[in-house]
Amino acid sequence: MWCARLIGDLVFCIELTGRHCCSLPRPLSDPMVKPATDRIMIKFVLMVNRQGQTRLSRYYHSVELSRRAALEADVVRYCLSRKKDQCSFVEYKDFKLVYRQYAALYIVVGITDSENELSIYELVHNFVEVLDKYFSRVSELDIMFNLDRVHIILDEMIQNGHIVETNKSRILAPLTTIDKMVDS
Amino acid sequence: MSDVVEKTLTALPSLLSLDSHPGSAKLSSTSKLGNLIRGITELTSKHEEEKLIQHELLAIKEQVSSPNTTMMKELMVRSIYCEMLGYEASFSYIHAIKLAQQGTVLEKRVGYLAVSLFLNESHELLLLLVNTVLKDLQSTNLIEVCMALTVVSQMFPKDMIPAILPLVEEKLNHPKEIIRRKAVLALYKFYLIAPNQVQHIHNKFRKALCDKDPGVMTASLHIYLQMIQENPEAYKDLTPSFVTILKQVVGGKLPMDFNYHTVPAPWLQIQLLRILSLLGKNDQSTSEVMYEVLDESLQRAEMNHNITYAILYECVKCIYTIHPKSDLLEKAAKCIGNFVLSPKINLKYLGLKALTYVVQQDPKLALQHQMTIIECLDHPDLIIKRETLELLFRITNGQNVTVIVEKMLEFLCISEDDHTTIDLVGKVAELAEKYPLKYNEWFIETMNTVFSLGGDMMQPDIPNSFLKLLSEGFDSVEEDRKLRLFAVNSYIPLLRGEPGKLPQRFLQVISWVLGEYSHLREDLEPAEVLSLLAKLLDMKNSSSETKSWVLMAMTKLCKGGADASVTQEVSETYSSSLDTVLRQRAHELQYLSQDPELRARVLPRGAKPETLEVDSSLSFLDRFVSEALAAGAAPYKPPHQRQEELDQSKALSLEPYGLSLPISMSSCSITDRQSPTLLSMSSGLSGDTLKLDGIKRVWGREGYLAQREPVEEAAQVEVPSPIQSPGRQGEGDSLHSQTPTQTPTPEPEQEKQQLASSLFVGLASQSSVSLMGKSEPMPQRFRRKAKGQGLGSSFIANEQISSSLISPPSAVDNLLCNNLLDSNNASELAEQTSQLSQSLTTANGTCHAEAELTESDTKGCNPALRRDNCVVAAGPGPHNDPGRLTEVCLDSYLPAELSGLSHSEIAPLCANQSLNLSACHVQKEDSLILVVFIMNSSESAIQQIRLVSITVGQYSLTVKRPAVHVEVVGTVSYQLPAGTSQSLQFSYKVPLTSFIRPFVVSTEEYGTMWLSFSHDTKQNLTLINDNQEPLTATLNALKKKLQLHVVEVIGMEGIVACRLLQDLPCLMHCRVNAGWLAVWLRSPVPDLPDCLIYHCQRALQSL
Repeated sequence: MWCARLIGDLVFCIELTGRHCCSLPRPLSDPMVKPATDRIMIKFVLMVNRQGQTRLSRYYHSVELSRRAALEADVVRYCLSRKKDQCSFVEYKDFKLVYRQYAALYIVVGITDSENELSIYELVHNFVEVLDKYFSRVSELDIMFNLDRVHIILDEMIQNGHIVETNKSRILAPLTTIDKMVDS
Repeated sequence: MSDVVEKTLTALPSLLSLDSHPGSAKLSSTSKLGNLIRGITELTSKHEEEKLIQHELLAIKEQVSSPNTTMMKELMVRSIYCEMLGYEASFSYIHAIKLAQQGTVLEKRVGYLAVSLFLNESHELLLLLVNTVLKDLQSTNLIEVCMALTVVSQMFPKDMIPAILPLVEEKLNHPKEIIRRKAVLALYKFYLIAPNQVQHIHNKFRKALCDKDPGVMTASLHIYLQMIQENPEAYKDLTPSFVTILKQVVGGKLPMDFNYHTVPAPWLQIQLLRILSLLGKNDQSTSEVMYEVLDESLQRAEMNHNITYAILYECVKCIYTIHPKSDLLEKAAKCIGNFVLSPKINLKYLGLKALTYVVQQDPKLALQHQMTIIECLDHPDLIIKRETLELLFRITNGQNVTVIVEKMLEFLCISEDDHTTIDLVGKVAELAEKYPLKYNEWFIETMNTVFSLGGDMMQPDIPNSFLKLLSEGFDSVEEDRKLRLFAVNSYIPLLRGEPGKLPQRFLQVISWVLGEYSHLREDLEPAEVLSLLAKLLDMKNSSSETKSWVLMAMTKLCKGGADASVTQEVSETYSSSLDTVLRQRAHELQYLSQDPELRARVLPRGAKPETLEVDSSLSFLDRFVSEALAAGAAPYKPPHQRQEELDQSKALSLEPYGLSLPISMSSCSITDRQSPTLLSMSSGLSGDTLKLDGIKRVWGREGYLAQREPVEEAAQVEVPSPIQSPGRQGEGDSLHSQTPTQTPTPEPEQEKQQLASSLFVGLASQSSVSLMGKSEPMPQRFRRKAKGQGLGSSFIANEQISSSLISPPSAVDNLLCNNLLDSNNASELAEQTSQLSQSLTTANGTCHAEAELTESDTKGCNPALRRDNCVVAAGPGPHNDPGRLTEVCLDSYLPAELSGLSHSEIAPLCANQSLNLSACHVQKEDSLILVVFIMNSSESAIQQIRLVSITVGQYSLTVKRPAVHVEVVGTVSYQLPAGTSQSLQFSYKVPLTSFIRPFVVSTEEYGTMWLSFSHDTKQNLTLINDNQEPLTATLNALKKKLQLHVVEVIGMEGIVACRLLQDLPCLMHCRVNAGWLAVWLRSPVPDLPDCLIYHCQRALQSL
């Protein structure tokens, strides 16, 4: 109200200054900070078989449930259309796919352009080696029947789209401890 | 490749033997989950799947809600399956949370897992998880703590972070490695979603970095990578630590289990290399710290395994990002060569990617590999081709643009992916517009292909800038006419053919061009054009937008007479259209076609595009508004206030607001005179302005002329054979090994060589420039880099942060106010001679260096190199630490009239072998003076004595467009005694607050101004509470810190004013409200309120 007296004919001002709500201050953020989605290097990890059936999917950025099936179908189509002697990296929309085939199973990782494709390619193999160690000679059925465990292993390796652990024994440590507790 | 894995997976047993398989041993196949999995495996059609899953979901729903279910974990896994196949199982979300709360260890883990899979980060059910997490964090069972930390680092509601933050922090001191590691990862997550919440624990991050366990250290690197990306300056001191860590990792000091295929912790190495490249970018002294370890990494990675190549790639990228060192660059280039030449396709791809990155800094590297690049262009694998085009795009110049564009268009024709098309079309258009006038016809034809291929998917600014280009024209009227005529000529046959196949955007372009310029073609009757256009209207697939473009074109063309019937018919048809825009256009057409005089006034032919003056404050509406208000209308509320009120009415908003500063802070003051480096910077950085601006500048008056030269040159060169091209001679041995030197070249080979020479033609001349400075590669590299910035916008994105810049001299005439000229400083400026060639002579004359500031191509206003102070020779004897020297001594070199004023800390800017630059800024009442100290630091090798002479330059700075930090970029060029000229680039950051001065106004003046300013921002700030009068105390604190002027304080409100140099006011209205200081800033300058509020926050926080 004071503002109106002070400034005279400023009618707008009364209303505006009179109704400041008590919301918390905005954070002191650097204006240059990129939106969180830009920082996600790995967008998703998929396990798909040659028939196009998804065996495992883990998304590190939000994708609506309804759009996942279409994306997965696309991804499989892309990977199946590639020959053995072709590059293991494919461009898909605004990101890249890195895929690796193990028998009938494809492991596909979606990454942003700034990620190092070859390191992801090897990360996939590291993941498979970890699974191999845990299931002792892993097969597609192991993955299907132990979906929860495979997820737990993957969660130890990748979080928020970043590689957080690659040491095989450390990746498996929490899960084997849980297994022991269940057995006893 | 693990053969074991390969074999076991191939031996996928038939479904019948399901039971006997070892993996399924724990689960009997008769269980519900077993049934589901079997069902899924046997699926043959989508329809079946749907039936199966719907049935399954019903069954789960029934069981899950019955009390005392013992199968909860299995039910969850089944729900996960259903969701994985794309069927929502939202009813189970709440049960997942319950399971995490109540279950046994494994059940709990599955519960948490299901939560992290089902919910996204903003899901409201997540709030229900907070208690469970809290409880588990306090649990004595390590596994439970571990799980809780895992889920927290995956997703957590950010408003609830304070509730668990102390517990997580506590875990940083836990004796177990895994707990510490996970706690660090949880903090990383907090940093990602709410950086301000973890600001106070930065020292704990440091502790994590120094943790004795490598796993914890690795985890902390995620945080550091992030923080360094945002602000590399703040973490330079950590460089030696990162280098030491990398050295230890590379040297195999980690435990064996960190190895992957005998390579020690490869992903950790990659992470470290990324951090180092961020730290060493544009920073010589920091880069020097890491040369050794980079060299070691390059050498260690000899083993032939994919993962070592992945490390090498990162290493090469790092070497080319940091301050260059010639022998490292050589090794890196060789490394890239191995990649590109590798028969392994994945490596080849990575090599191309590396090359694409590297050519931005060093285009001649592409020359070395030209034959490989040509081969890759014809590679059967599209992705290799695509990457090659990306590479070519980066090395495009005026001479090879046609060939490269042709290759791109070829690819476009076979590409089926929409995304690739959009991207490539954008690039082609960018290239075509960059070099348009070389070949008029080529330009129009290329753009035609772009429009027809890009269709309606392409970025809308492509047609816009094309039309802008056509209408604005260039220097020569004749050229303009030719270009336009050619466009018209090429469109007429298209319309006569099958216009139905053309994309809408293209039709719009065509109709505009025809409307505007078809009169240039004399043999063309307007009536014919009109009938062609009318045909477009009748087409079924024409959108109404296109139709309105067509109608506008017709309005411009119709002359009455014979055309009248066509226009009459059309306008009658559309004047009753349901589409209001079309209707409007039809009426316009009708009236204007009948009144030629009016038409000539409204749509004058050949009118130059005028700049529109926009009154953004809408002051012309003031009367209308006040009348409406007087009549009882509700006052206008800006969107943010409406939102605020909405939030308030809903609930207490806990969500912190993001500071809405414009992303692109850049606004370089561009004038024709500025150095090309700055220009290209700005054209790339222009985020908030339309891209068109950049285009216009690139070939504005100056650019046009500049483009011409290479054309002529190219004509003379006459496609030199690659072997003879001058640039290649000096390329070194690696080149000779690749180029086939046999004289009878086979036919296809010859073709390739021809292609090569046309592709790489421009680079040769560029590299010949760089050969001159072989002993001194640094300045060249900077120049090239600047070029790269202009080209690749993606590259710029992670470039310099804020760079509203004033290059000192050229800024002088950009200043929004001229009163600078009255000041002391300016008169000094005027006195300076226009060419400054300062010889810095050292005490005993062993070294001469001529300092000449490059900016001096601007006329009268030259860098104020102060004559009386400039040549000061001092020989302080042997000195080991140049950095310290700078700090200690430079104070005394401050110009006399500035020495009384307070100056900022003298900070070192940059240095090379011969020069050392430092700078500080001094605040004067009506200007900000930048003082640059140029120090000759050449060493005379014999006497081991560092000879120092210092020159001091003074520049007055002003801000044209505000940003939180203002960055000044400049170049010092100088000549060595040998006659080679060198240059050194520097940049200097000044906070906006240095430009803020108090603004003395009366309350009445304040009132009038308040109304007239259009840019505003609002924010709540913290009050200083330790005083009786919180408002006065806070305002005084702000006044002291930011140099504001408090106009008046009444009761709980206060008004404050300040101005940005020279006279750009910003008004601030403060009001105490519920323990906060509600601040409302207004200013006529865009972004100023936002930037100022940022500094206010900072100022109050630092108290």
